[in-house]
Amino acid sequence: MSKSRIEARFAALKAEGRAAFVPYVMAGDPDAATAAAILKGLPAAGADLIEVGFPFSDPMAEGPPIQRAAQRALANGMTLKATLEAIRAFRDGDADTPVVLMGYTNPLVTWGLAAFARDAGAAGVDGLIIVDTPPEEAGPLADACDANDISLIRLATPTSDDARLKVVVSRTSGFVYYVSVAGVTGVKEADAVAVAPHVERVRKASGLPVAVGFGIKTPERAAAIARVADAVVVGSALVDEVAAAVELNEDVTARVLSKVEALAKAVRVARHGLAPV
Amino acid sequence: MNAPAVPNDYSAYPDARGRFGDYGGQYVPETLMPLVHDLDAAYAAAKADAGFQAELAGYLTHYVGRPSPLYFAARLTEHFGGAKVYLKREELNHTGSHKINNCMGQILLAMRMGKTRIIAETGAGQHGVATATVCARFGLPCVVYMGSVDVERQKPNVFRMNLLGAEVRPVTSGSATLKDAMNEALRDWVTNVHDTYYLIGSAAGMHPYPVMVRDFQAIIGREAREQILEAEGRLPDAVVACVGGGSNAIGLFHPFLNDDGVKIIGVEAAGSGLESGRHAAAINGGRPGVLHGNMTYLLQNQEGQIEEAHSISAGLDYPGIGPEHAWLHDVGRATYLSATDAEALDAFMLLSKLEGILPAIESAHALARLPEITREVGKDGIVVLNLSGRGDKDVNTVAAHLGRVI
Repeated sequence: MSKSRIEARFAALKAEGRAAFVPYVMAGDPDAATAAAILKGLPAAGADLIEVGFPFSDPMAEGPPIQRAAQRALANGMTLKATLEAIRAFRDGDADTPVVLMGYTNPLVTWGLAAFARDAGAAGVDGLIIVDTPPEEAGPLADACDANDISLIRLATPTSDDARLKVVVSRTSGFVYYVSVAGVTGVKEADAVAVAPHVERVRKASGLPVAVGFGIKTPERAAAIARVADAVVVGSALVDEVAAAVELNEDVTARVLSKVEALAKAVRVARHGLAPV
Repeated sequence: MNAPAVPNDYSAYPDARGRFGDYGGQYVPETLMPLVHDLDAAYAAAKADAGFQAELAGYLTHYVGRPSPLYFAARLTEHFGGAKVYLKREELNHTGSHKINNCMGQILLAMRMGKTRIIAETGAGQHGVATATVCARFGLPCVVYMGSVDVERQKPNVFRMNLLGAEVRPVTSGSATLKDAMNEALRDWVTNVHDTYYLIGSAAGMHPYPVMVRDFQAIIGREAREQILEAEGRLPDAVVACVGGGSNAIGLFHPFLNDDGVKIIGVEAAGSGLESGRHAAAINGGRPGVLHGNMTYLLQNQEGQIEEAHSISAGLDYPGIGPEHAWLHDVGRATYLSATDAEALDAFMLLSKLEGILPAIESAHALARLPEITREVGKDGIVVLNLSGRGDKDVNTVAAHLGRVI
């Protein structure tokens, strides 16, 4: 069921001739109820797949925006259990939009890898991206994911040469996430011209759709990436909207979903030669 | 989990995947994987290269001032009334701690790899000072990440690093201490992959750092072993060191691991007491998990979120411990005790008054367990303790705890 949800979505988008828009939101940011409302509103705002971050105290690959999002969520008592409950609640109202959980290894080790994959699968999680579990350490997690029909999604990066790519794409499914810049999330800007040949290389090596993320902040940039990649991931720019809304005492859900709409629209029209509005 | 096997030869570890039993490994973001593989290969080549080893030995002799003395602490011995206490005087090294042994090895490796920019993390500032020192010596730019809390409590070391030409970047994220400095250094490395060498100061982090730092620090134990054989004609009954990440400890311990008769004793920082929850004792008060690239014992909550460590000593104020220590604990080869802030302060005063040596507050944690260790070993016994650093940097901290204004 789960792997096929990701496959079905990418197959449908391919038929439409467009890239997927993938928003990243942090579970429990700024609080559980608001995050649930955002999650529920994402498909209607134009999300084709959804990445849900689960907070970790020491997110070593994240820039300041997602670090702060994790701290907001943890400060408000967010847990991994509550993250799965939020996804289960989302799944009750949406049977089709794939949900990919993204985060760090230690909370899963604490839960137990096999038990976690079982519980995540039951909650309706379709894929896992574990930033600090590279292929060399992924054996037990890959086994657990396989047993529960969850895609273990790998990261390819500007430092992945052809030999390394072979290792990266082993035992993966769903899609491959191409990290468009050497760096942490939300700092450098991705360049579509520089990214394009890498996307093609990763597509060839994996035979899977390629999502591009890290450093995509504006509709213009999202559209440029959507012309060369199969999916466009935006995270830091969205959690920054959460932070700004909290700071200005605005409606967090409305502000985030409005940004999602703008980005999703840009991605939808990107390959029609239309200027994004 | 099965009971871990006790190995026949401790020097055969880690395995090719950087594992000490279940501990260690390479849990890093994909961007860094090619870099840690390169580092692994470059270190293996350097280790086997007699030219590299000779160059390192030359600098250790003429720049660092090795070998460090093994000093019989007569008055301390008399005070405890048990085993003879020898102090391995790492505080007499250039820059005042054992940290420079590793920095000298890694800076030579960095240059061999063609890297042109050095980054490091530091807690107490000892590793930062040692890194800044070797960068000055070899003319490489140096950025040191340091938690803003530590910047405040170790001001003299911040100024020392500045004098040596290093840029100290205060880290305000998370708990603003050593673990956050390490996060920030990793974020720098992942951003500057082409020219930057990350010079880790602890026998922790992802493979190959734990084995590389251990190898560069093992000169402590190799010298101590020769020196005690020279002085006493036999091996000691126990070797003792303080443990934060554990670089000074593994450096002393490693050459003795295959000597069955030598007890191996690490001392963790118990802060306000293990029962208080405010401590830095990863083995005595934590459980296995993954942080900063390796599987090891960690202070963490029930959810697997890393908890803040608490210790009077900035150098021990880290929620993890090197993976080799985790493994030595599990297989029973080493014993990990703990000492509180108050006990360390008492030991600091004691050594200052009895031997005329101000120990680093880190090393004072090891000194604090000498009453029990010397008693247990007994009058005919011999204990070697690693005096990993000097205490000049800690006089403000000690004064504050004594209620004195200086």
